[in-house]
Amino acid sequence: MTTLDILFAAVGLITAASAVLAVTTHHLVHAALWLVVTLGTLAGCYLVLGAELVALVQLLVYVGAVVVLVLFALMLTRAPMGRTPDQSSSPTQRAAAAVIGAATTTLFAAVLLPSLGGQVLATRAGDTQGIATQLFGAWVWPFELLSLLLLMALIAAFAVSRMPSRRTTVPEERAAQPESPKTVTGVTSA
Amino acid sequence: MIHLWMPLLLVCVLAGTGAYGVIARRNAVLVLIGVELLLNAANLLFVTMGSVLNDPLRTGHVLTLFLITIAAAEMGVALAVILALFRDRGHIDLSEPGS
Repeated sequence: MTTLDILFAAVGLITAASAVLAVTTHHLVHAALWLVVTLGTLAGCYLVLGAELVALVQLLVYVGAVVVLVLFALMLTRAPMGRTPDQSSSPTQRAAAAVIGAATTTLFAAVLLPSLGGQVLATRAGDTQGIATQLFGAWVWPFELLSLLLLMALIAAFAVSRMPSRRTTVPEERAAQPESPKTVTGVTSA
Repeated sequence: MIHLWMPLLLVCVLAGTGAYGVIARRNAVLVLIGVELLLNAANLLFVTMGSVLNDPLRTGHVLTLFLITIAAAEMGVALAVILALFRDRGHIDLSEPGS
């Protein structure tokens, strides 16, 4: 066991435990907050593996931006605070999901560990300059394409959010028929 | 020096928990959290392999940066879809049929 081994074991255990908590907790907001811990400690894993630039980008983009998006989505969809056992899935579904999750883990472990698990890796820390040279050299066209992808995602998000909703049109249609008492319920439930 | 089985084992665990989260959750936002965990398992595999292979193009690390960006774009579009779903149905419970 080297020093890096012990460091990675410590950070990786927190990552795995918080990932399990993020998918099993009954508090909706706690799931997002455990995701913060998972992503943050994963940045620590990258740091131990000698990828400082990736670790910092992970902190900036994932912990900074993506988790805020998730929290905003939870708030905008009026997620209830506190325990919500009525929102959790049935035991059958959870059991099936656990079987599939365990099968995925076993499959990955059976493929990855025998072929690569025995190696000892000398990390290449402090290689930000090499990554930057390659990123803006060999990888510059995929990099530019990525900015196009971000633009497309922005426009797509706008287009989806401007899409006319059925809920706003249905009460108007019902209001055109004065005989139905459903009009009132339609409006209030909207 | 670091033994390679530890990051690879973490990749396996993250992928398994991600798959569990995608299938077991009913709330659409929580399903997305499972998807994020799956993507992060892929990221960790990229970083590990990028550190192992003595690659002059630094493929592993550069592709991880790309994947983080793509995941952020995916997240933005997916949350827009979820909000449209919420406006349309009034809930984002994936186990209930649409009205």
